[in-house]
Amino acid sequence: MTETTKPPKAREPVPHTAAALALGDDALVLSHRLGEWAGHAPVLEEDVALANIALDLLGQARVLLSMAGDEDELAYLREERAFRNLQLVEQPNGDFAHTIARQLYFSTYQRLLYAHLAAGDGEFAGLAAKAVKEVSYHQDHAEQWTLRLGDGTDVSHERMRRACQALWRFTGEMFQPVEGLDVDWEGIRAAWLESVSAVLRRATLDVPEGPQSGAWSAGAGRQGLHTEPFGRMLAEMQHLHRSHPGASW
Amino acid sequence: MATAAHRIARTPEEDGPADEAALAVAYEAAFDAAVAADERIEPRDWMPDAYRATLVRQIAQHAHSEIIGMQPEANWITRAPSLRRKAILMAKVQDEAGHGLYLYSAAETLGTSRDELLDKLHSGRQKYSSIFNYPTLTWADVGAIGWLVDGAAITNQVPLCRCSYGPYARAMVRICKEESFHQRQGYELLLTLSRGTPEQHEMAQDAVNRWWWPSLMMFGPPDDQSQHSAQSMTWKIKRHSNDELRQRFVDICVPQAETLGLTLPDPDLRWNEERGHHDFGEIDWTEFREVLKGNGPCNEQRITQRRRAHDEGAWVREAAAAYAEKHTSKDTVQNGATRANNGAKDGEAAA
Repeated sequence: MTETTKPPKAREPVPHTAAALALGDDALVLSHRLGEWAGHAPVLEEDVALANIALDLLGQARVLLSMAGDEDELAYLREERAFRNLQLVEQPNGDFAHTIARQLYFSTYQRLLYAHLAAGDGEFAGLAAKAVKEVSYHQDHAEQWTLRLGDGTDVSHERMRRACQALWRFTGEMFQPVEGLDVDWEGIRAAWLESVSAVLRRATLDVPEGPQSGAWSAGAGRQGLHTEPFGRMLAEMQHLHRSHPGASW
Repeated sequence: MATAAHRIARTPEEDGPADEAALAVAYEAAFDAAVAADERIEPRDWMPDAYRATLVRQIAQHAHSEIIGMQPEANWITRAPSLRRKAILMAKVQDEAGHGLYLYSAAETLGTSRDELLDKLHSGRQKYSSIFNYPTLTWADVGAIGWLVDGAAITNQVPLCRCSYGPYARAMVRICKEESFHQRQGYELLLTLSRGTPEQHEMAQDAVNRWWWPSLMMFGPPDDQSQHSAQSMTWKIKRHSNDELRQRFVDICVPQAETLGLTLPDPDLRWNEERGHHDFGEIDWTEFREVLKGNGPCNEQRITQRRRAHDEGAWVREAAAAYAEKHTSKDTVQNGATRANNGAKDGEAAA
């Protein structure tokens, strides 16, 4: 874990602040959800693996949020409506199948996006080049478990099927353009669909049907519209920090 | 390392048929000589049944303590007050899961599977360290656990790096390195709180007040009441008595508490010039025995959560086993394909 130097608090708005917040909040929020698994995983190896992924994401979040301001102020003092993460990453862990489906959808997206950013020469190229290596492992982890759950027992197949279906409607939001990122979003959407479909097929699962976003809220997380469980998550995450205004930890 | 002669004599399956009784005597003599000479006993070496049983009991209890010990700290991961602290805490809890893995593996070298040991933990037939039956009520408890609980654990565990059983000793070398890192992080957390706002200072003092005595109990009952000590000392599984280690720990903590600006909750604590050690007050062994019996603040909660995680994860482990079963026959093809895929992915990542 490398320490990041905090930039000065008052800082000129940079063009990529919105993008740093969007990507940073994705990593921060998913890391938090994965951290909730600690001590609850189905097997000890998964306590290690999920914590490892959570730590990678937290490391990314700290770099990204520091590009936008003070990492702790941003994480602990913003209201729910100011967060820019995808609704997908804030979804509760559910059972292990739901967590794996969320990991499959998100890590596939994140790897494609970071590979794209790493290949460019923008502000995020350095971070993305390092992160894409971590995220490749996250994707591999999610794929290996998708295969085992999908093609394991009848029970695991059914649970994985339900999980993939339940989270499907949060996937469309991933391909909404993010301000400050010059990315071929349609290209990423197509590559994502191809990759996820191939894994699901190998796992003997159908690609879910139905819309990839809710009627009310396409692209909503990026605009600060979140789902009900997110407020509770933030309440827990921010409570201690907010209870001691100005304290150092 | 055992000498070649010891190793041959201590490895029954490599010997030809011979008088079994005579061999048993020879094995035992070779084992005793190896232990006396501070050589390491390895998994394939002959060892007395009681030595094996003692090691399994001790390693299992240690492994169980690591995985149960994740709970009181994980209790604060979602509320850690800064991202830096959150990363440190998550890494620490992850290390504990890793320690559990090494230790269950060390027990496997003695012929006892992880499943068997977990089953004994879940059914209450094996114990974990009683310290984890105390609750983490505030953020400062995370610091107090690091400083005091990990500190006490290190004091207990450093001598185990020289334990006569090789796999356990080697696992402990790695574990102790990580534990001392945790201990320093806990100390630094408490120092920050102690020098912070009055509320933070009070939080730190309260945590130390609650964790001090249970930490002293971690060294086990006084020497004259310790059931397993004498034999373990002879076998060099254990190298110092409970009371010696407890005294060492107290002597280390007193100056550290002063630097922290915190007091230790013991009016009888004072330097004894004559002994060259700190005297300290009487430990409440009634509380110790009550917690050990299952009557601590969190015994029920800890084991219930552990069982629940295990039971709720059963379908996942069954799925992994079923998948492995289905795909064993296609192994060669499958692995080849996976390797090719990974190769493609790595190439892409590096590009």
